[in-house]
Order: sequence, then structure tokens, then C-alpha cells
Amino acid sequence: MDIIVCVKQVPDTAEVKIDPATNSIIRQGVPSILNPFDKHAVEAALRLKEKNGGKVTVISMGPSQAKDVLKECIALGADEAVLISDRAFGGADTLATSYTLAAAIRKLGSFDVILCGKQSIDGDTAQVGPELAEHLGVVPITYAADIEVNGNAVVVKREQEDCYEVIEAKFPVLITVVKSINEPRHASVKGVMKANRKNIPVLSQQDLEIDGERIGLKGSPTQVRRIFAPSHRVQGEIIESSSAKEAAHLLIQKLSEAKII
Amino acid sequence: MAVNILKETCIGCGTCVNACPFGAIAMETNKAVITDGCTQCGACTEACPVAAIIREEQEKLGTIDKDSYKGVWVYIEQTGGLAKSVGYELLGQGRKLADALGQELAAVIVGYGIKPLAQQAIASGADKVYLADQEEFSHYNTDAYTHVVADMINTYKPSVVLMGATHDGRDLAPRVACRVGTGLTADCTDLSIDEATGLVAWTRPAFGGNIMATILCPDHRPQMGTVRPKVFKRPLMDNSRNGEIVKVETRVQAAEIRTKLIEIIKVGTVSCNLEEAEVIVSGGRGMGKPENFTLIEELANVLGGAVGASRAVVDAGWKPALHQIGQTGKTVGPKIYFACGISGAIQHVAGISSSDIIIAINKDKDAPIFKMADYGIVGDVMEVLPELIAEFKELKQD
Repeated sequence: MDIIVCVKQVPDTAEVKIDPATNSIIRQGVPSILNPFDKHAVEAALRLKEKNGGKVTVISMGPSQAKDVLKECIALGADEAVLISDRAFGGADTLATSYTLAAAIRKLGSFDVILCGKQSIDGDTAQVGPELAEHLGVVPITYAADIEVNGNAVVVKREQEDCYEVIEAKFPVLITVVKSINEPRHASVKGVMKANRKNIPVLSQQDLEIDGERIGLKGSPTQVRRIFAPSHRVQGEIIESSSAKEAAHLLIQKLSEAKII
Repeated sequence: MAVNILKETCIGCGTCVNACPFGAIAMETNKAVITDGCTQCGACTEACPVAAIIREEQEKLGTIDKDSYKGVWVYIEQTGGLAKSVGYELLGQGRKLADALGQELAAVIVGYGIKPLAQQAIASGADKVYLADQEEFSHYNTDAYTHVVADMINTYKPSVVLMGATHDGRDLAPRVACRVGTGLTADCTDLSIDEATGLVAWTRPAFGGNIMATILCPDHRPQMGTVRPKVFKRPLMDNSRNGEIVKVETRVQAAEIRTKLIEIIKVGTVSCNLEEAEVIVSGGRGMGKPENFTLIEELANVLGGAVGASRAVVDAGWKPALHQIGQTGKTVGPKIYFACGISGAIQHVAGISSSDIIIAINKDKDAPIFKMADYGIVGDVMEVLPELIAEFKELKQD
């Protein structure tokens, strides 16, 4: 089976700090990483391949530095990696991004399964997966916590708010995965060496059959109007007492006084 | 729009480099330069101390007749004839948007045997209800629902469409937006009308909750967004309200439905439906070991609440992922949120900031969670929790 995994290079938002003086993000020293959800998607792809045979191709849209995360995927065991990169793709929202990814996937040829992480940790939209499926005319299954292959179909355990749905669909299919689906492996030394040697081809606008009006900032219906720091909650009352019993009692008293309970 | 740096004015201080949320400004020979990553958000224009950065408004060539799109729509998500609260919450806020625009508010309900929900939507503020009541819609199905909702949008042309940012909402909304070719803003925590343009101003957290962004969709219709549950208050129902019910006759052929629901697996006995919970008791690493979560469960039980967990706890395998709260888990907004042994990393805090009251229990008095808690107890959770459980039990008996 042919598997395509879409990955994104993101700033590690857990490491992002805010400068309290200017309310702006301090980017220095914030590492760029493979989006954590995508790492689980890569792992899911590798496991499907190990069980069912086939090929894993990883793609990413981004600046040339994004080759780093593609090499990481090769080191983990992916067979091929392709970077989709062009100045004209810059500033794309989810609609323009998914349109561009769809054009690149058509160029790569046939596939049985496309895997994506549930969402990225910088944009957090969870929109590119379903929009990509829509552009390609394949069915998406989101929030996958387990994937089994059954002939030419997948059986997916889809996470809901308070239950799981078991859903079956025939190839081709696009699946977005949650973190609980697997425990990603570490790259082997052999894998890292292979990644170092690997040539990563780049697809630019002219390589793709693409409408120039639908890519990048120009092709993005949504526009960022304003960026600002979130309003912070203010610290309330802190109870410090040597006795847990007294502290608990004081809290209940305060909650009653404030008519919260 | 385009963001430009006035080379003459730029003093090369580098303030804008740090101010850019997208890392899209570089310094070249002591002057700032805008690079590819620019989304033209304008954060740098405000940061520049010498006003050397300007954002020019640029008319995009719209290809659609925007004026033919009218009305605010709220998608009411339901399962088995029971509507999720977020739909009603959005009718409350949708009413305000519709009034500000001088347009009607409509509810969209897709399902089977769902007619009673139409009256509830009207009582919650809708002027009109589009009802797609067919057997093929009896359970959420990505293909069937996308087909019918996109079809309704193309037929009736609403100006604004709101959906809850639930699992199914975040599955449906992007497919519909893509199919009708419009913009979509995810996981909004505030909605208003931008006075200058009359557009919906969609505000949402990004970068793991580190920044907020306000987004517009100027030239495409409808303007679409998903909104997190519990951000807006559910309006009181007024059963004297009248509204029109429009039966949607769209049918979906069996061949168009490419997924098959095989079964639904229920999990656990303790509620993990955190999105709808009024009280949540959450535990973090500070609980020490997984067995100690029985105290969290007991307190949740006494208060009729749900059980949450931090990312660290889920990553360590102490609790299943369905309980995870935070940027990569669930976003919650209960009346009371108990954070027990949770330090308060930004990624957790981003998921709880719309709670009415946050109560933190932690033995480290410098834990960041205390900075945002309404009430805090500095102490050992293993000692404090049993006392709290006893106190609440007593209260309940009175």
C-alpha cells in the first residue's frame, strides 16, 4: 500500500515565552520541531507498512529549513520525502495550504492512505486534513486512535468526546491521528545515516498544476487582523495553612461566602 | 494588504523581529526585512518605536456577490435527538451578531427524528430553522452531513455560519468550508462585529495559547468559524417565541456515503464528557501515582462532576487521552475547575482559562497555577483532598 504522510515544522510552543514588557513572543531559542501529532502519523504509517508492505512518502510545505523535519522522518523509516516550497506559497491559510498540498499529492501519483496529525501545535486549527481530503475528493476520518487494514479498506477507531466510533472505509482515505494511537519510535543510527545522505526533492509552483490565484496569501480567504496577548486572569486568594483540615474548611467557607456553592 | 518597512526610517533596533509572531522579519545590514512567512497581521507595525513599518490596505478582487449572502446560521449538533449545549450557546451569541447586522438568525439541524429540536432552537433565539430530517442522517456521517450542509449553504446563501468546535464540528466545518470555497476560523473564543467593516471578527488563541489572533474573512461568503463550547452562556428559552421551520429535502445517495459505522464503544463509568461538565476535578503529576486518582474521582463523584487530567498524566499512561485537558487535549469551561497537583504549564492553562472559578491545590506555593487561580490551597493534595471530600459530603447532607 502507498502511504503519504503530511507533516509540518513548527516552533515548539511549549518553549514559547512571552516578554512581559512588550507582550510579544520571545522566539529566540525556541526550537523548530516536527509537529508532535505528525510524529504519531509517521509512526502509524510505518506500522501500516511493516504489516502490509508498501511505501511511505512524507511531504511538507514550508521554507527550505523544513527539510530538517523531512530528514527526521526519513531517519525514522520513511522511504521518500518531498518538500513543497515556493515564495508564492507563503502566508497561506488552511484553504490555500490544503489546495497546494492537494496539487502536490496529485503530482506524486496514486496513494491508498494519507495520514496527517490531528492538528499542528502552532495553528491548532485541525482544518488542513479535512480540507485536503475535500480537495482530493477522498473521504476523511478524523481523530483516529487506531487503524487496522482489512483488504482494501481501513477500520478506524475514531475518538469522540465520550466514546469511540469504529468506522470502515475503502481506499483511498485520509486519516488524521490523535496522540494515543501509538508511541513513536526513536530514529536508529542507520536511519540517521540514511537521512543524511538522502536527497530531498523540492516542488515549486511551476512544478505543480496550480491556479496562482488560489495559493499563498492571495489565495487565503481569511486574514489576520490583529495579534494581541491573551488577557490574564488575576490571582485570587491563596490559603496557606499548616493543617489540611483547616485549609479545606477555609476554602468551603470562602466559596459559600462568595455564593459559589 | 501589504506590510512594508520604510528603509529610511528604520533604525535597525530589531524590536519588530521579536514582535513578529511568525518569525517573518529578519535583519539585513542593520535594517529589518520582511520575509516569506509574513501573514500581514500587522503586529510589527504596533511594535516599531519609530513607525517605520506600515500596513497598506489593499482591495482584493472579490469574485462573488457578497450582498446576496444574508443571515446568521448556527449549526445545532445533535446525537440521538439530543442537542449539544454549544449549539444553544451559539444561538445566544448568534442572536447578538444577527441583531447587530440587522439580519435574521437561523438554526440548522441535521438528523433523524429531530423535529422537537426545532422548537427549542426557536425558543433559544432562532427566527428560522432549516431542518434536514432523514434516515440517512440518523448518526453523524462525514460525507452525508457535508453534502447536506454545503447544499443548504449554496441554496440559501447565509452570510455567517457558526459551528461548535466539537470533534464532529471540526470534522464537518472544514469540509463544508472547502466545498463552498470560503475561509474558516477554528476554535474561536470570542465573536463580534468589526465596526469598520461590518465583518465578523473571529478571535482565537494560537501558538499554544500564547497569543490571540483576530481574523476576518473579507471577500468570501459565508464567513465561517467553529467556536469552543462553554465560551458563551446558553440563553434562557422563551417558549412564546415564534419562528419558521423550513424542511430541507436534500437526499444523499447511498453511493455517496463512503464510511460505514460499525460500532460505538462506550468508555469508563466516570464521565469524561468534559466539554459539557459544570464541575471538573483534574489531576496532574503532583498526584504522585495513578492509584491516587481515586481521590480525584471521589471528589468529582461527590460534586457530580467530570474527571480531567494534565498532559503529563496522560503521557505517563495514568489516564486515557479522553480525559486530557489543555491545548492538545480538550478545552473546558466549567463553573468550577479543581486543579490538583497541576503546576499550570501554559499548554494546560490554555484549556481552562474560560472556567468561571479555578481552585488550585499544590504543595509548591510558586506554582504558576496559583497566578491564575481564584482560590488556592498551598498543601499536599493527598492530605487536602480527603478533607475537601469530607467537607463537600457534609454540605450535601445539610
